[in-house]
Amino acid sequence: MSSTNGKSDKPVINGKIDRFFLNFYNIFDFIRRLVREAVRPPIEWGEFIRQCYQVGYKSLALVTVTGFITGVVFTEQSRPTLSEFGVTAWLPSLVAIAVVRALAPLIAALICAGKVGSSIGAELASMKVTEQIDAMEVSAINPFRYLVVTRVIAMTVCLPILMFYNALIGCMGSYFDVHAHEQTSLVAFFDNAFAQITFLDYTTALTKSIVYGFTIGVVSCYQGFNATQGTLGVGKAANISVVVSMFLIFIEEVIIVHIFNSIR
Amino acid sequence: MAEGTHYIDKNEEVIKIRGLYKSFGDKHVLRGVDLDLFKGENLAVLGRSGTGKSVLIKIIIGLLQPDAGSVIVLGEDVNQLSYPALRALRLKVGFSFQSSALYDSMTVGENLAFPLRRNNRSMTKSQISKTVNTVLEAIGLPETINQLPAELSGGQKKRIGIGRTLILRPEIMLYDEPTSGLDPITSTELNNLIVNVRERFNTSSIVITHDLTCAKAVADRVAVMEEGKFLKIGTFDEVFSTQEGLIKSFYDYNFTQ
Repeated sequence: MSSTNGKSDKPVINGKIDRFFLNFYNIFDFIRRLVREAVRPPIEWGEFIRQCYQVGYKSLALVTVTGFITGVVFTEQSRPTLSEFGVTAWLPSLVAIAVVRALAPLIAALICAGKVGSSIGAELASMKVTEQIDAMEVSAINPFRYLVVTRVIAMTVCLPILMFYNALIGCMGSYFDVHAHEQTSLVAFFDNAFAQITFLDYTTALTKSIVYGFTIGVVSCYQGFNATQGTLGVGKAANISVVVSMFLIFIEEVIIVHIFNSIR
Repeated sequence: MAEGTHYIDKNEEVIKIRGLYKSFGDKHVLRGVDLDLFKGENLAVLGRSGTGKSVLIKIIIGLLQPDAGSVIVLGEDVNQLSYPALRALRLKVGFSFQSSALYDSMTVGENLAFPLRRNNRSMTKSQISKTVNTVLEAIGLPETINQLPAELSGGQKKRIGIGRTLILRPEIMLYDEPTSGLDPITSTELNNLIVNVRERFNTSSIVITHDLTCAKAVADRVAVMEEGKFLKIGTFDEVFSTQEGLIKSFYDYNFTQ
């Protein structure tokens, strides 16, 4: 039940610390409900596909441009150093390792946090403050299932796809730069590039993008679904969705890299 | 109250509220509310802004939880229901929002079809379309089917909001300030719609309002609320025959000025 209990409880420790722990509990409860609702049939296929279109297809242009530029810039920046040691032949593998292991998951996630996370936060917050979510509740529709579950799953599914696409485009950008300077063929470039990439690298990238996608989905849906304060709350939800998602992505990056390096 | 063919069964309470309390922080909104709504009856809850009228119907539909007291709707205690049971009960109780709360990314037709599609998965597209058209005819707005909410007037939005609720054929209707922000002519049209809804869809209703004209036009009984309690409940004439301060000033403000 969507309930608002306004009992005037006195702070247990002090207002801010209480709020911090309450918020922490609420997020935990939100994720618990998300998991519970996600595994319960029927699946909202229509809304899920619509969200995949919003998250995936509508982010493609941005992911393509940033991926390409990343590949070109990273290659340009690495060439002088490798050239000093006479190993410019390592450029494809260096770029591929950097792109697959670190850059593509991070760039795809940051783009989605900025573009999709803010949009989800604002959309749900706007629905909340204009009572559209309550309208679903009173029409016997489960808004959590329809709005939140579909968006979080779409983010979690689409981000890995965008990440691999971003990595591919990054390598293509690198190829164009390498080809311009060293006249390498496409086949030779990709042979060289992917020779050094292991299964664990793909697993790391996949794990990262799944975790980042889930994080962006949960954070932005939580902010939107719990928005208050009218139009001010809409802006706030969009803003906090982006800031908190990006912050958590960087923290998760450190943790995941540490875990995978320890098993490498 | 407009004349009609309705029958009020005084032996069957569709809503029974006892000792209802609700606070938000230090603000005590409801302070021991008792109320009965009989089958086939239209009851108007009157009161100034901030007296807890909307909170009352949000508790009835289970959007808010009370601090104390019981709310029995169609024989079921709303506060004791599991979420699936509450959703099942909500199919029988329609709620019309003050802001209309139409889904702004959907057309009028989609707004009406949405609850139907979600709750009757076995219905075919043509059945849904037929039901949508029937309800749009009933509320007098068949021409708006392909319009977006942003293209509608305030009165049209309110009517569509009511239509979206009616599409599930509820037994009880809860109207939150149906005429607020509307001109007198549109308000009268809405009052007529509320009366027609009862006749055509056989509903019992609670109408939250501070508009006495609306209360007089649609309600069999009125209940005047002040500071979280009912001051008086009865027919319009019974309640407003009093010289009691607040009730009299309410009447004078609406009809004398």
